[in-house]
Amino acid sequence: MSKDDEILRILEDNARVSDKDIATMLDIPVEEVSRIIKSMEEQKIIRKYKTVINWEKFGREKVYAMIDVNIHPERDRGYDSIAERLMRFSEVRNLFLVSGMYDLFVLVEGNNMKEVAGFVAQKLAPLPQVTSTTTHFLLKKYKEDGDILFDREEAERQPISL
Amino acid sequence: MSGIAERVRKVPVSGIRKFFDLVLSMDDVISLGVGEPDFITPWHIREASIYSLERGHTMYTSNYGILELREAISEKVKESYNVEYNPENEVLITVGVSEAFDLAIRAVVNPGDEVLIPEPSYVSYKPCTIFAGGKPVIVETIEENEFKPVVEDIEKKITEKTKALVLSYPNNPTGATLGKGDLEDIADIVREYDLTVISDEIYDRLTYKGEHTCFSSLNGMRENTVYLNGFSKAYAMTGWRVGYAMSSEEIIEAMMKIHQYSMLCAPIMSQKAALEAVTTGDRDVEEMVRQYSRRKKILVKRLREIGLSCFEPDGAFYAFPSIKSTGLSSEEFATRLLEEEKVAVVPGNVFGSSGEGYLRLAYAASHEDINEALNRMERFLTYSHD
Ligand SMILES: Cc1ncc(COP(=O)(O)O)c(C=O)c1O
Repeated sequence: MSKDDEILRILEDNARVSDKDIATMLDIPVEEVSRIIKSMEEQKIIRKYKTVINWEKFGREKVYAMIDVNIHPERDRGYDSIAERLMRFSEVRNLFLVSGMYDLFVLVEGNNMKEVAGFVAQKLAPLPQVTSTTTHFLLKKYKEDGDILFDREEAERQPISL
Repeated sequence: MSGIAERVRKVPVSGIRKFFDLVLSMDDVISLGVGEPDFITPWHIREASIYSLERGHTMYTSNYGILELREAISEKVKESYNVEYNPENEVLITVGVSEAFDLAIRAVVNPGDEVLIPEPSYVSYKPCTIFAGGKPVIVETIEENEFKPVVEDIEKKITEKTKALVLSYPNNPTGATLGKGDLEDIADIVREYDLTVISDEIYDRLTYKGEHTCFSSLNGMRENTVYLNGFSKAYAMTGWRVGYAMSSEEIIEAMMKIHQYSMLCAPIMSQKAALEAVTTGDRDVEEMVRQYSRRKKILVKRLREIGLSCFEPDGAFYAFPSIKSTGLSSEEFATRLLEEEKVAVVPGNVFGSSGEGYLRLAYAASHEDINEALNRMERFLTYSHD
């Protein structure tokens, strides 16, 4: 595995590991780590550093809906023009073009159900290219982006063993 | 008069018992004292075992263990080390390396036979030898020799009673490894004195520098060696209790006899999980090894930064720093560190008297815990001695 690859894996798992610790882990000078990270930031391989937050635990309930959208593609521009329009809405968290029964998969976030329903009814469905929408409200998140989200009973090791 | 047999009575209970109780009575302890992975067994391995239970695999297996598992292990060992063992009669599935070691000793030692055990080393070898009626003879290893057993030191301890030599590399607690050259030097005296080698290679996959050499892969050593390995460390499967022994048909049959009458077989659900592990667990092992390797570097560097000299461990998941500069004994240091800074480590002397003046710190712990434990140790060092 290349140094670049290793650095990406370390940061993907924990973006707060210091350059100094990464340098120790990989046995290379800290300047080299900083240089590699900077270069990958410039190339936009590293796009940004975020925090995984359990908002529910913080006391803020968000409402999510996954919406399957059928589109009438435009000549020459296919699905891109409608996608570019949709992705600018801050309510839209994820937007994917998919194969199968539907064309676009949209994940919408709102503070309450009314907000999400309003977005679908007023912003999404009336677009001329949109031929149909199917909205699934999210009931519970189990796993998101590779992280298991609900608290489980942790298996405990004995405090000392030989 | 005690009703307990003499040879059992004279073996003390493990030296960490009182530590264990002390840790349990305290809150917020960071423990680098644990001798097992901090990973949970990978899900696909657990799932394979659950699936086998669902299908009703709840019976005894062959005394040797499930044939398919023996075949898979045999294949893997051949692929990794180019040593061939016949899965029919040269492989025995055991309840961990712990049982495998006990069987090996009982199979080869006659009353009064001497067994050479390099120390510091894992704590079971000496008691098991005594329980089997043998006499442990300690070969001390020292930091100056990278905790490798020196051939002359081994040779000095050989008498006409010497039956076996225990090798345990990568080593718990020192992290020492033996290269091919080191092992070849040992093989020479094994040949000369016709010793049986019991080689506990449970940490073979956790080797961070160079390649692990399997002792029985050396020229002529296959017949003299009982090769022991298991699933506990590499696959994070300590609680499953499954391991194996490989050797000549004669030795394996002898070990199987004891196993047959005392254990019958290893639990079937654990054998099913082990089968999944050997056949499809390589990627998990590689990922865990990568993580251990990173943590090791952080731990060793921090130990040196706070002023403790530390031998570079190239295997297992332990660092074994010297605390001789503090003037404290291993026990004093470990007890005070626990009481005053709530960091649990294992005093080196429990692994043999040559471990006095050292501590065993496991880096099978999270990066955060390692950093916090070392910060506390640094503080402790500022006031613990003058
Ligand atoms: C060197 C060594 N051998 C054997 C064992 C026990 O292994 P198992 O879980 O396979 O019985 C350990 C556990 O700490 C060990 O460190």
